[in-house]
Amino acid sequence: MAKSNKPIVWGLFAAGGTITAFLTPVMIFVTGLAVPFGIMGPEVLAYDRIHDFVANWFWKLVLFGIIFFSLWHAAHRFRITMHDFGVRADRVVAKISYLLAALGTLGAIVLLLRI
Amino acid sequence: MSERQVEVEILRYDPETDQAPKLQSYSVPCQEEWVVLDAITYIKDHIDTTVSFRWSCHMAVCGSCGMMVNGEPALSCKSFLRDYPDKIRIEPLAHFPIVRDLVVQLDDFMEKLNRVKPYIIPKEKKSVSDGQHKQSPAQLKAFKQYTLCINCTLCYAACPQYGLVPDFIGPAAMALAHRYNLDSRDGGREQRQEVVATDEGVWECSFVGACSEVCPKQVDPAGAIQQMKIASTVDWYKEHLMPWSKP
Repeated sequence: MAKSNKPIVWGLFAAGGTITAFLTPVMIFVTGLAVPFGIMGPEVLAYDRIHDFVANWFWKLVLFGIIFFSLWHAAHRFRITMHDFGVRADRVVAKISYLLAALGTLGAIVLLLRI
Repeated sequence: MSERQVEVEILRYDPETDQAPKLQSYSVPCQEEWVVLDAITYIKDHIDTTVSFRWSCHMAVCGSCGMMVNGEPALSCKSFLRDYPDKIRIEPLAHFPIVRDLVVQLDDFMEKLNRVKPYIIPKEKKSVSDGQHKQSPAQLKAFKQYTLCINCTLCYAACPQYGLVPDFIGPAAMALAHRYNLDSRDGGREQRQEVVATDEGVWECSFVGACSEVCPKQVDPAGAIQQMKIASTVDWYKEHLMPWSKP
């Protein structure tokens, strides 16, 4: 039996899982709760401030990392969830999921480079 | 001691004479402290001597009395009747071929267990005169949990993935491969990886986690498999991105 190549997608899935578990809740808290409910002032998400932040190459790279790994995590999670729901078309589901993640990755690169 | 009448349904099947398995019902006077195995033994001794089932130690050590109790894999010697309603259904362990009634054919598991080399493959040859292999408490703790497996195969009956893909090496064999990989005296990981790191090895697992839930010895095979996935992933990246480094 040959060794599997699944570590490629699983590695991204695992790394993405760790990142999303730690960072996504913080981002949801800041953008979805803290600012709308007035715990933090609106200036936290002010356009100029966020623009300056994202324009910095270091933070651009960090943001890309978060988006990239989260997308590939979500893709693999979706693939496994479909399997758990009894959808027996793993190859098709895998192709669609990873294609979406790849498109998202490309989109993130383009958008980040344009800032 | 209080007595309770329990209706015990047992799946009966003799592949040589029966077309299909069927449930047979027995009314059993059960004592408060009885386990499911006691009820089945009562049936065998007093009602129907033709019922076939495996058991040995009656204390959750031997691992031979595993069966489906109300649809869930359990050791019948560890399942107290007081935890069940007045009607229970006993079936042979799921995902295994039936030999007779509650007795299943475990050849597939035995063959897979053998393939992961569940024994110490010494790191270096050491003769008796060289003295014993020393192991610190920390080194022992690293793998001790996985030594508790009693090969009862409840995890195989619980694993939906094994049911779907019979080639999957499965939880217990994986947990035991992990047990020897983690042993400080062992040097056989590379050999076991030939089985562990394949599609039929850890990568068939979709981390449902049912194996760890039904394990009567808290071995946590699901945890072992996830740890092996991480290690196999590190191996893969090393092998492909850093071919000069030996995994």
